[in-house]
Amino acid sequence: MPPSPGLFYQVHFYLFGLLAIASALAFVTRKSPIAAALWLVSVMFNLAALYVMMDAHFVGAIQVLVYAGAIMVVFLFVVMLLNLGHADELSDIRGTWGRIAAGAVGLALLAQIMAMSRTRFLSVLQPPTNPVFGGPPDRGAIGTVAQPLFTEHLLAFELTSILLLTAIVGAVAVGKRKGANDT
Amino acid sequence: MRLLALAGFAQVEAGRTLDLSDPASLSFAIMPELVLCAGAMVMLLVAAWRPEGAAHSRRVALGSMVVALLSLVAVLFMQWQGHAAGPGPIAVDGFRWSSDVVFLLATVIAIGLSMDYNTREGINAPESHVLVLLATVGMMVMAGARDLMVLFLGIETMSVAVYVLVGMNRRSARSAEGALKYFLLGAFSTAFLLYGIALVFGATGSTNLSVIGGRIGALSMGDSPMLLVGIALLLVGFAFKLAAAPFHMWAPDVYEGAPTPITAYMAAAVKAAAFAAFLRVFIEAFGHLYESWHAAMWWLAALTMFAGNLIALQQRNLKRMLAYSSIGHTGFLLVAATAATSQVAGAFLFYLLAYTLATMGAFAVIIALGTGEHPRERVEDYHGLWTEKPGIAIAMAVFMLAMLGFPVFGGMGFFAKWYVLQAALDAAAPQFRLAIMLVLATTISAGYYLYVVMVMFMKPRPEQATPLPVVGVMSRAVIYAAVVVLLAFGVFPDPVVRWSRNGTELRPAMPPAAALPVPLGR
Repeated sequence: MPPSPGLFYQVHFYLFGLLAIASALAFVTRKSPIAAALWLVSVMFNLAALYVMMDAHFVGAIQVLVYAGAIMVVFLFVVMLLNLGHADELSDIRGTWGRIAAGAVGLALLAQIMAMSRTRFLSVLQPPTNPVFGGPPDRGAIGTVAQPLFTEHLLAFELTSILLLTAIVGAVAVGKRKGANDT
Repeated sequence: MRLLALAGFAQVEAGRTLDLSDPASLSFAIMPELVLCAGAMVMLLVAAWRPEGAAHSRRVALGSMVVALLSLVAVLFMQWQGHAAGPGPIAVDGFRWSSDVVFLLATVIAIGLSMDYNTREGINAPESHVLVLLATVGMMVMAGARDLMVLFLGIETMSVAVYVLVGMNRRSARSAEGALKYFLLGAFSTAFLLYGIALVFGATGSTNLSVIGGRIGALSMGDSPMLLVGIALLLVGFAFKLAAAPFHMWAPDVYEGAPTPITAYMAAAVKAAAFAAFLRVFIEAFGHLYESWHAAMWWLAALTMFAGNLIALQQRNLKRMLAYSSIGHTGFLLVAATAATSQVAGAFLFYLLAYTLATMGAFAVIIALGTGEHPRERVEDYHGLWTEKPGIAIAMAVFMLAMLGFPVFGGMGFFAKWYVLQAALDAAAPQFRLAIMLVLATTISAGYYLYVVMVMFMKPRPEQATPLPVVGVMSRAVIYAAVVVLLAFGVFPDPVVRWSRNGTELRPAMPPAAALPVPLGR
């Protein structure tokens, strides 16, 4: 019989479970397609957290990468290109203070990336021990995928992002030309 | 990534062998691509910064040209340093750098021609210049790829960008038709390539060209049906990208429909990139199986030469004629590829440079003389050009003679054909019959190249002809620069010959026998 999960585990299980249900409800009740899509992303993230808690690391990572990352972003792009969203319902960043705040967050993220790329903590830091059952560090199935992805196939991995960028620029260029020329 | 490249730059001395498993060395090995990528992203931001307009579009075009030139400087720097690379996903050799020089040259010319053309046609799309840069990134990756996955990503990056560029003129039904046709057939040929890659991987257990070549050589896998089917599918996929007969059907419609600068870019750079990747894959990975694919390539070369040149004879639209002529040139280059000696790369690169200059020059003339209402794509529009624009007429004559391979007046064109013939005849298995066919096909091509020259100089200008426009600055610069380079290197070809032959040999891969891993499933 497996050891019973502790309070820490239970609190997080209910937290993510309730968040997932709440996001799902918000998703079906929103009127703006963009807001609905973003709530669906939230559902995906919470489900991913639940998967990770069940030690299914790979499924969790794929859930975030494929569903939240790829499919929903593509969905949002389609919405954006087809102009389905209503401009007044979107809380876009307006005004000087909004711009300053956005710039500050951007700079903070940039500083974080710079700091992470300069420190060499990865070789020093030990992988965390399994939070639920204790025991040796567990990289799960992700390690087997991540290892060749970021060593042997690093170039192919980076080139894929260039390919996606090209495809997005192309899609926007083709999508927006129509309105500009037909009027 | 750029910081890493600079860090690598400080560490690496000239002429060293780069260890591609180290990220800093890998970044250094792809420095020209990184410069181009970073520049393309900066230009993308610049393009999105202001509302669209003709002036803004020109600004982005100028910036993109600067970015391409910076990348060209990086390529020349790498070529001058002469590094080599250990096993890895990308090759660091003279063949890659020399091919990159041709692509970047074509990129700069194409963006320059786009500036004139887009202003005239009212295409205010600054992103189009960025897409040209991104397509060039894909081409440079293709020329260097030593891994089938990296190669595939390069091909797709190039193709996706070019699909969009073909359809950039949204007011033209032909442009849309060309883009759709190219997209569908491109996707179709991609499926062939991918299936071929999968089968080759299944047979050899690797996507790395050196490993594939080494395993094929060591295990004499010539009788593996899975491998042979994989090679055949790769050949078909590449033949589509090269527009080699009988897989050339898409080319004329796409070339005619695309905006003319993009047609020039496709005829020169896209074809060159596909050829560079094709040569590297078939010599480095499948060089040991020469007997197996030789016959298929032989027929491909023969068919392409005659189909391209014979159909071009009947064309009266100059863009279509040049499209078929470019198919014919694919055939000539395939003759060199069929010989598959290590010197093929030199002949190929020389031919490529001459062909790129002549093709882009000829398209530049079409762009220079066209206007929105009168595209001037028919041969009749060129009757008596000599009397109105003698300079342009002489330039066009030089381009036509260069493509024909005429001595002296055709400049580099003559030597280009000569070196291809030499490569075909000097090979271990001399291609006598193909060489004779090449000469015959060239004679056929004289029928349409000289016809254009003849109407320009000997036919009178029709009286009801509308006056020709003032030639744009960029078009004029491209036309005369191409003429000067073609003629100058036609008289003194030695520097280009050295450039194209120095360290560009491609050889079948041969890893040390002791370190040979056993492929999967054996």
